[in-house]
Amino acid sequence: MTSSLAASLPERLAADLDGAFPALVRAHVDGIYSGVRRLVPTAADAEDVTQETLVRAYRALTGYDPARIAELRVRAWLWTIALNLCRNAARRRSRRVGEVSLAEGDGAAAPDDVAADAIGVLAEVEWSRRLARLPAPLRTAVVLRHVADLPYAEIAAATDRPVGTVKADVHRALDRLRRMLEEEASP
Amino acid sequence: MTANISAADAAVTAALAALRTRAPSTITDRVLADAGLADRYDVVDGPTGPLWVSFAERGITGVAPARPGEDPAQLLAGRHGRRAVPGRLPARLRSSVERVLRTGRLGGLRVDLSHLTDFQRAVLAKTAQIPPGQIRPYGWVAREIGQPAAVRAVGSALNRNPVPVLVPCHRVGRSDGAIGEYAFGRPMKRALLAAEGVDTDQVEAMAERRVRFVGSDTTDIYCLPTCHHGRRVTERHRVEFHSREEAEAEGYRACKVCRPAAA
Repeated sequence: MTSSLAASLPERLAADLDGAFPALVRAHVDGIYSGVRRLVPTAADAEDVTQETLVRAYRALTGYDPARIAELRVRAWLWTIALNLCRNAARRRSRRVGEVSLAEGDGAAAPDDVAADAIGVLAEVEWSRRLARLPAPLRTAVVLRHVADLPYAEIAAATDRPVGTVKADVHRALDRLRRMLEEEASP
Repeated sequence: MTANISAADAAVTAALAALRTRAPSTITDRVLADAGLADRYDVVDGPTGPLWVSFAERGITGVAPARPGEDPAQLLAGRHGRRAVPGRLPARLRSSVERVLRTGRLGGLRVDLSHLTDFQRAVLAKTAQIPPGQIRPYGWVAREIGQPAAVRAVGSALNRNPVPVLVPCHRVGRSDGAIGEYAFGRPMKRALLAAEGVDTDQVEAMAERRVRFVGSDTTDIYCLPTCHHGRRVTERHRVEFHSREEAEAEGYRACKVCRPAAA
């Protein structure tokens, strides 16, 4: 127990999954939600995907042996799960008949967003719209790099693509976003 | 030109970084509950006021009075040692809980006592058999479960009852007949008993007069004062006893329903 403070999250998960899992949730829930929010249409979808990602992660971990858990690159592994669920989100949403559908980028549903001032909400809506115009692989790459703050190596692991390709996608995405800004500034 | 482009890129990356936000706190709660690492809790109307009721796949895991200013998660965690997060009782489970609260009988409701010792479980199982509106002494529970010396241990097992009201530890009182202590305060214990039809003032008055048992001079049977049979005895035929020996010396036998000899 004396070493538990110094132990890494994977080591703690390997030693005591149930005891350490809440720490995994606390460490990663904001990052996953922030990124997922820009990859699915609504805040409600983002909540669903984030929740499902973490629940699936727990269930998967219960089947892993401790040696495998100790070696895990937790964040990249969580994003592998999250990206799969993002791809299914639109389909899942269309099955939820009768539920109020939130228009894209309306900035609603996340209670923490409510406190944001009107200018902040407007900016967020604008950026959601710009990101939505990017092709999916570019959007994923730039969101993981600059919203979720993942290093290139982890994005490569999460998306199962070479690091060089990921870097190129991030740069192309930034390039396009910059040009969108320039076009908006000059009518 | 290059400098301008990277400055523009920096503006874009800063704007993207600003999109980073906190996840709604409910996500963490729902994840832990779905993973089975936390119970959920909801509020239910109890006989003397609202109750927090926590639950999991295994059934009801905790009960505590819902009082203003108290944090249900902490209260319930303190009772049963598990994390509890807000949730909604499934309709069937809710109606089962409401039935128990209405009838005062546990019936087939699943309560999770898996983290308790065999002794604690035996105490609670015996307590669950005490009918509504009746009081049994701690010593009675101890005798009934075959541990006559464990009176104090019975008291502490009941004090730590994770599912009070549902398992009616409020129906267990002191051996001198007084209503006694309760984990959530004496007033709540008295109120729960009163809601079941117990005249708590009369119970306390008899305890003060040191009356432990009541008998009927027509049947020559003696009972605990709140026994269903004891209470039916009319004033004219009612006899009071201070001890088992006194009752038996006068030729009375113990009621087979409330088994006062075990008290």
